[in-house]
Amino acid sequence: MGSGRLDQILLGRSAAALYWMSRYVERAENMARLAEVGYRISLMPRASEGHRDEWRSTLQSCGCEQSYVAQYGEIAGSKVIQHLLFDESNPGSIRSSISTARNNARAVRTALTRDVWEALNTTWNDLSRVRPDEIETFRLPGFLEWVRQRSMLFRGAMVSTMLRKDTFFFSQLGTFIERADSTARIMDVKYYLLLPDSVSVGGETDIQQWAQILRSVSAKRAYRWLYRDSGHTPFRIAEFLMLREEMPRSLLFCYRRVTEALDGLYENYGERRPCHEAAAAIAAELAGNDMSLIFRSGLHEYLGRFMQQNNALSIRIAADYNFP
Amino acid sequence: MTKGIVDEMTLPDGNIRGHYAEVATWLNGLSRADLVRNQKEAEAIFRRSGITFAVYGGVETNERLIPFDIIPRLFAATEWRRLAAGIEQRVRALNAFIHDVYHRQEILRAKRIPAQLVLQNEAFVPEMIGVNPPRNVYAHVIGIDIVRVGECDYFVLEDNCRTPSGVSYMLEGREAMMFLFPELFAKHRVAPIENYPDMLQKTLTSVAPPTADEPTLAVLTPGIYNSAYYEHAFLADEMGVELCEGSDLFVEDGWCYMRTTQAPKRVDVIYRRIDDAFLDPLTFRADSSLGVPGLFDVYRAGRVNLVNAPGTGIADDKSIYAYMPEIIEFYTGERPMLSNVPTWRCSDADDLGYVLQHLPELVVKEVHGSGGYGMLVGPSSTRAQIAEFRKKLEASPAKYIAQPTLNLSTAPTLTPNGVAPRHVDLRPFVLTGDRVRITKGGFTRVALKKGSLVVNSSQGGGTKDTWVLED
Repeated sequence: MGSGRLDQILLGRSAAALYWMSRYVERAENMARLAEVGYRISLMPRASEGHRDEWRSTLQSCGCEQSYVAQYGEIAGSKVIQHLLFDESNPGSIRSSISTARNNARAVRTALTRDVWEALNTTWNDLSRVRPDEIETFRLPGFLEWVRQRSMLFRGAMVSTMLRKDTFFFSQLGTFIERADSTARIMDVKYYLLLPDSVSVGGETDIQQWAQILRSVSAKRAYRWLYRDSGHTPFRIAEFLMLREEMPRSLLFCYRRVTEALDGLYENYGERRPCHEAAAAIAAELAGNDMSLIFRSGLHEYLGRFMQQNNALSIRIAADYNFP
Repeated sequence: MTKGIVDEMTLPDGNIRGHYAEVATWLNGLSRADLVRNQKEAEAIFRRSGITFAVYGGVETNERLIPFDIIPRLFAATEWRRLAAGIEQRVRALNAFIHDVYHRQEILRAKRIPAQLVLQNEAFVPEMIGVNPPRNVYAHVIGIDIVRVGECDYFVLEDNCRTPSGVSYMLEGREAMMFLFPELFAKHRVAPIENYPDMLQKTLTSVAPPTADEPTLAVLTPGIYNSAYYEHAFLADEMGVELCEGSDLFVEDGWCYMRTTQAPKRVDVIYRRIDDAFLDPLTFRADSSLGVPGLFDVYRAGRVNLVNAPGTGIADDKSIYAYMPEIIEFYTGERPMLSNVPTWRCSDADDLGYVLQHLPELVVKEVHGSGGYGMLVGPSSTRAQIAEFRKKLEASPAKYIAQPTLNLSTAPTLTPNGVAPRHVDLRPFVLTGDRVRITKGGFTRVALKKGSLVVNSSQGGGTKDTWVLED
């Protein structure tokens, strides 16, 4: 898939900017997905008593609980939305992520096609004109859908217009390392619901929760299609999100793309680096794994270790390719 | 049409100039709504591609668009040839002057310019004394600001010899115009300008150190928060070279390298868009984090070339400007083809006396200022403004020069009340390396406010596409 050895050079800083640009676009999209799920749950009847916990777990899923509590204290739906979408003091908010992505894109303007740049720049322009108070309630779903679509447009422009060479591969690495982290995090926050011996399995609330997890990765239908009549079982949902290669947000899928991108860099540069070995090891472990083994050793522990390895790989890549 | 002011399109008798005929017909055929719609489309094009610039001096630094006017400004072929000859003469003299002041200083010995005016000047960089850049070229990229005040009368307002910007607006403006009005281009023979990046690359390559076989070029930018960042990225992109920040470059064993995803890569020519003071913290400002430690030593050793050279500011200093006619005669032996605006140096007691008596009719500028900040335009200022400026001037006269208010020519421009004449200037870009290359066109700036003579984009000026028509 690569282009063979490259004559042109790429600055270490540019590689880093491409990587982080894609990571932050992906982060914005994941945030939109999580916020949507949180919002839907808050609209459900009977949601009132579990309401706060729902928003809390949304905050946990996107790693924003601490920053939220520091700023607002008690959890309230409209403030959570504000924090996740628009707070510039929250580096993970959609607004911050898009601005960080665009700043990185500006720094590598020369390495991007016009289509990629314009997809991101237009998102940033339009987003800067959005007033939070216009969005808060009834226009929220439309807004979140827009964020998802803009992210997909960006990736589409990337995939359809960028030469398959180092610049593209660094961007792919950003996308899939971020996505793997996000999927693992979403699962980890709800891992107790996925345990096979969970007491209340089969209750109506649980079915809603499972549906929510699947929805947050746009995979409700895909799940049903793949597992036909077998219903929601913790075992299958976990397998689906971790080990199924055909599922574009599963950990294994992400690692297939990560190793592909690293192979591309190998073709371009003619040299393997320590990150190649690290990524191959993670991919091999996922590919050769079995859900029952993972459950036996502890899902929570497994996910925790995965997120650590994923993060270590990110640091390794930065060191191997002279990110500043 | 105001009496005594030349209009680019319309003759004093009301007839349309020959080379403007098609544009005049085109304008007549467009309704107000058409004009406004086209104007909006042009803006959308600029915004989408991210051509913004930052305005300094406000509370915060915002990205803004420079207003673009869709009515082009035209030059007839003969008119342009005359201008181009004058421009070439001028840039040759400027480079000869810079070489001289950093070497034998003949012009000072000949007392054509007071020595202390050069040697005590803030823009004089002593570190450059004795440095021999390739081909003895210092100011490789110059933007000369020219205004027209009579039928055949052009004045140079300023020679920007440091890091002139605006070329990306010129190029993107042309792109937008070709997209919006292809039919208008079909009716004219407009000289192309899109070869500018190519000309720049040829120029940079031609001044590579002799040590470089296939020279590696790079553009050095202060980064994404700089007002001209878009242009830095644009030029690097068009030339297919790396856009570096200071931290991407380092000096080792006497050479300059880029940090890449693979092995370090040697750099031979740096088109730097950061100011002299920030280039190298070991030689210039120690607190600079934008530059490259040790770069100046590599430069002095002739192992990397910097474009423009450090110290070129001495040639565009406003107090030196007054001596441009002498400078041109001294180095070329010719009479200057383009006029210089008469200039009073307020550091001189006689000059200051005259200036203080005639403030309401003069333009007063800071010697080291740029961008139209901190200046007084006498005729369009209130008494209170003039009185206030007088105090500043009396407090530190050496900081200022004064010039007569020039009647800049006007060109048809789209205003809220339809098409009307507005004052314009012109900044053509001139490249010097193995030879002098001049863009056939340039950056026309237009004062959008009625009667205003200040065309700077930081002061509400806009831009126009500039067409040089071929024979």
